[in-house]
Amino acid sequence: MTSTDVTSTDVTRTGATAPPRVPRRRQRRRSAARLGLMAVPAVFFALFFAYPVAAIVGRGLRDGGHWQFGRLTEVLGDAGIRQVLWFTTWQALASTALTLLIALPGAYVLARLDFPGKSLLRALVTVPFVLPTVVAGTAFLALLGRGGLLDDLWGVRLDTTVWAILLAHVFFNYAVVVRTVGGLWSQLDPRQEEAARMLGASRAAAWRTVTLPALGPAVAAAALMVFLFTFTSFGVVTILGGPAYATLEVEIYRQTADVFDLPTAAVLTLVQLTAVALILAVHAWTVRRRESTLRLLAPESTARAPRGAGQWALLAGVLLSVLLLLLLPLAVLVQRSFDTAAGYGLGYYRALTSADSNVFLVPPIDAVGNSLTYALAATGIALVIGTLAAAALTRPGRAGRLVRGFDALLMLPLGVSAVTVGFGFLISLDEPPLDLRASWILVPLAQALVGVPFVVRTMLPVLRALDTRLREAAAVLGASPLRVWREVDLPLVRRALLVAAGFAFAVSLGEFGATVFIARPDNPTLPVAVARLLGRAGELNYGQAMALSVILMAVCTLSLLLLERLRPRTGGAAGGPAAPTGEM
Amino acid sequence: MSTTKNCLAAVLAAGLGLGTLTACGDSGDSGGDSENVTLVTHSSFAVSKDVLREFERTSGYKVRVLKDGDAGRAVNKALLTKDNPQGDVFFGVDNTLLSRALDGGLFQPYKSPALSSLDADTRLDPKHRVTPVDTGDICVNYDKKFFSERKLEPPKSFADLAKPAYKDLLVTENAGSSSPGLGFLLASAAEYGDQGWQGYWKKLKANGIKVVDGWDQAYNEEFSGSAGGRKAGGERPLVVSYASSPPAEVVFADPRPKTAPTGVATRTCFRQIEFAGLLAGARNTEGGKALVDFFASKAFQEDMPLNMFVNPVRAGAKVPAVFTEHGTAVRDPHTMAPGKIAEKRDDWVKSWTSLVLK
Repeated sequence: MTSTDVTSTDVTRTGATAPPRVPRRRQRRRSAARLGLMAVPAVFFALFFAYPVAAIVGRGLRDGGHWQFGRLTEVLGDAGIRQVLWFTTWQALASTALTLLIALPGAYVLARLDFPGKSLLRALVTVPFVLPTVVAGTAFLALLGRGGLLDDLWGVRLDTTVWAILLAHVFFNYAVVVRTVGGLWSQLDPRQEEAARMLGASRAAAWRTVTLPALGPAVAAAALMVFLFTFTSFGVVTILGGPAYATLEVEIYRQTADVFDLPTAAVLTLVQLTAVALILAVHAWTVRRRESTLRLLAPESTARAPRGAGQWALLAGVLLSVLLLLLLPLAVLVQRSFDTAAGYGLGYYRALTSADSNVFLVPPIDAVGNSLTYALAATGIALVIGTLAAAALTRPGRAGRLVRGFDALLMLPLGVSAVTVGFGFLISLDEPPLDLRASWILVPLAQALVGVPFVVRTMLPVLRALDTRLREAAAVLGASPLRVWREVDLPLVRRALLVAAGFAFAVSLGEFGATVFIARPDNPTLPVAVARLLGRAGELNYGQAMALSVILMAVCTLSLLLLERLRPRTGGAAGGPAAPTGEM
Repeated sequence: MSTTKNCLAAVLAAGLGLGTLTACGDSGDSGGDSENVTLVTHSSFAVSKDVLREFERTSGYKVRVLKDGDAGRAVNKALLTKDNPQGDVFFGVDNTLLSRALDGGLFQPYKSPALSSLDADTRLDPKHRVTPVDTGDICVNYDKKFFSERKLEPPKSFADLAKPAYKDLLVTENAGSSSPGLGFLLASAAEYGDQGWQGYWKKLKANGIKVVDGWDQAYNEEFSGSAGGRKAGGERPLVVSYASSPPAEVVFADPRPKTAPTGVATRTCFRQIEFAGLLAGARNTEGGKALVDFFASKAFQEDMPLNMFVNPVRAGAKVPAVFTEHGTAVRDPHTMAPGKIAEKRDDWVKSWTSLVLK
C-alpha cells in the first residue's frame, strides 16, 4: 500500500465509502477497546500537560479563589501587548511565505530529480530542525551579524532586523516543506501531467491544472505547520531579533521569568493556546478535505536525471540556496570550534573533558551522556504514548468528534509555550505521589511531550495501512494473538517504529525551552550546557560552547543519516511526519 | 484481531507503568534527607571542588547544587516554588531584587554567627532573612586596543558616554531582563535623579547606544574587547559588564596575556550585593544554616573571587593576585536603597522600555 503521511492519513479515516455496517454490540465493543487504548495517552497528557499548564495559568489568574478574567481585557487592551500580537502574526505569515518560496523548488528537486548525493542532501536539509536554537542563533549571528560573512563581503548586517528572524525560520523549516510536499510529489504520477501536455496544455497550464491541485493539500499542510512553528518561535527571536522584537512566546517568557507578572503571562498563554488550537483545527479541516483519488507511485519510479537547461538551473539554484542558508551557518560554527588562540586545533574539545571548568561541577563532555540517556528515555515514553494513541485513532469504527478532538489534543504540546510547561512542571508536580521535581524523569517527560506528535504522525498512516485480513488469516491458521502480533504486526510496523523513534530521539535531543528549567545542574543536557557555556565570559568557554554544539550537531546528523537508511520503501509514509521543530 | 492490538497495548502500557514506577521510586530519595542540604542558585554560582568537599567533610552534609538560569530568573523561579521549595538555601538574590524576594516571603530569619565579620554596608536586612555574601560592580568596560589605536581617551563617566566622541560605541543589556542592564539603569538614575535619568537616556539613544537582550550577547558577541566578541567580530568597544570582567579575560585566556585587554570606566559603576538566605519551607534547616555560615566563612570568601569574579564581604578575606593585578578597585560606586528600588523598579523599566526600545 503506497501512501504519504499527509494524504493517506486522513483519507482512510473519513473514507470515500461508508464503513461497513457492523452489529451494534460489536460496535460498542470496538469503542470500548478504543477508549481503553486512549486511556494511557489521555492520562499522560492530563498529568504532564493539561495539569501543569492549568496550574501555572491558575497561579496567574486566580486570586482569592476567584478567576480574574477581567485581566483578559486589561492585558489585551495594552498597546505593547497588541504590538506583540501583531508582530507574532505577521512575522509568522512572512516566514511561511518565504519558506515556501525557497523550499518548494527544493521539494521538487528532491522529489523528481535523480542525482548523486541526493540522500545526503536530504539528510543535510533535515539537520537544522533538531539543532537547539541557541546554536543556530549564534551561527546565524556570525553569518549576518557584525563581522559576519555578509558584513565582511558587502558591509551588510541583518542582525536585530526582522530579516535575520525570517531567514533563520527558513533555516529551521526548510525540511518541513521538503519532507511534507516532496514526499507526495515524489509519488505523483508524472504521466498525468504529460498527458495534459499531450492534449495541448502549455507547460504552465498543465502544472497549474494537474500537479498543483494534487499538491495543494500537502502544501497547505506544510504551510500550516511552518506557520505554527514560527508563530510560537522563541529562541530565534530572542537571539536574532534583539530586545525590540517579541513573539507571544517570547513575551510569555519575559513576563514570567523577568517581570514576574504572572497574570499577564497567564493571559498570553491562553491567547497562544487559543491561536494554536485554531491553527490545528484549520489543519485538521484541510486534511479532511483532501482528495483521495491521487494515483501514487513508488518514489524511485518518478525521479529522473535532470534534463534541459531549466532543470539544471533549478538544481543549481536549490543547491546554492541550501549551501548559503543551511550549510554556511553550520560551517561557520564548525570553523569556530577549531579556531583556538593557538591556531586551528582540538583545544576546545580537549577542554570539554576537564572538570576544572568553573561552569560545571562535572566535565562538560558528560552532557553528551546525559543527553543521550534522557533522549532515549524520552523516546521510549513518546513511542509508547504515541503508538497507543495512533492505535486508538486507527481502531475500526466511526471516528467521532471525541476521536478527532483527541487527535488534535495530541498536537497541542507543539504550540504551547515551553516556558509555561517548564514552570508548570515545577509548581504542579511537587507533591507526593507525583513529586517528580527532583527526579531525572522530569526531563524525558517534558521532551516526550514534544516527541509524541511526531510518533503519532509517523505511526498513523502505517497502522491504517495494515491489512487486517493478514492477521485474521494467521489467527484462523491457529496462531496465538501474541504470535500474530510478533509475526504479522511487528514486522510490518517495525520500520515505522524505528523512524518514529529516530524523530522522537532527535527532537528530544534538541529540546531546550522546557529542559533549561528542569534539567538538574549536575546533569545538564547538551543544549543546556551550550547555553551555560555561552553565558560565561572568556574565549575558552566560548570555544567550548562551539565545540559542544558541533558534537550535538554530529549526534543529530548521525541519527538522521540512520533515519535515511531506514526510510520505508513507501517513501513519504514515514519520511514526512508533521515535522519536528527546532524550537521548544 | 482486536485481541492482538489489545495485547500490544497491554505490553506497551506495562512498559509505561514500569517507567512511572521507577520515576516515583527515584524521587523518593531526593527530599527530606537530613544528610543532604540543597542549594538553589543562579547559573553563575561556582565553587572550587576541594573547598566544597572540605565543608561536606567537616559539616557532615552533602551539598546538592541546583543552578537555575540567570539571577533574576532564579529568584522568580524560587518565588514560584516557595510553598514547596526545591532546596534549603537560596544564593544569588541581589540588592535590585531583594525586596521582591523578601516581600514574597521567600526566606526565614537566620542570624549567622559570622555576620559581625561581614562588611556592615552590605547588611541590608535588619530582620536577618538574608546574609550578604559578595559584592560586584556593574560598570562600563572598554576595549583598550580600540581606544589606543585611535588615540582616544576612554570614557570615565556617564556624561562622557553621551558625548559625540563616543557615538555608536556603547552596547548595553535590556534593563527588563538582565541584571547588569538593570544595574546600569539604576546607576544612571542615581546619577541624574528620579526625573533626570530619562533625559539622559534620550541623549544616549541619540548617541547610538545599542541594546541587546542579555549580558552574554552584549559581552561575548557585540563587545570588541572580549575574547568571544573579538572572534564574533564584535565592533562595540564599550559594554556594560562588571569591574571584574578584565581579570576574567586574563584567567580564561589560553595562553594568559600579560595585561587585561579591557579596562573599566570607574565612574559608571553600580554596586551590586548578593545575598544568601534560608528558604522559608526548607526541609533541612540545620543543614541550611550551616551552608549559610559556610558562605560567610573565610574559606568560601577567599575561593569566590576566581570562581565567580566577585569581591568578598568578609573582613580580612584575601583576594588572589590576578584579581587585584588586572581588576580595578571601584572607589565610589552608585548605590540605591532596596526599598527605593522596589518602589520604582517596575515603573522605571516600563518607561525605559518604551523610551529606548520602541
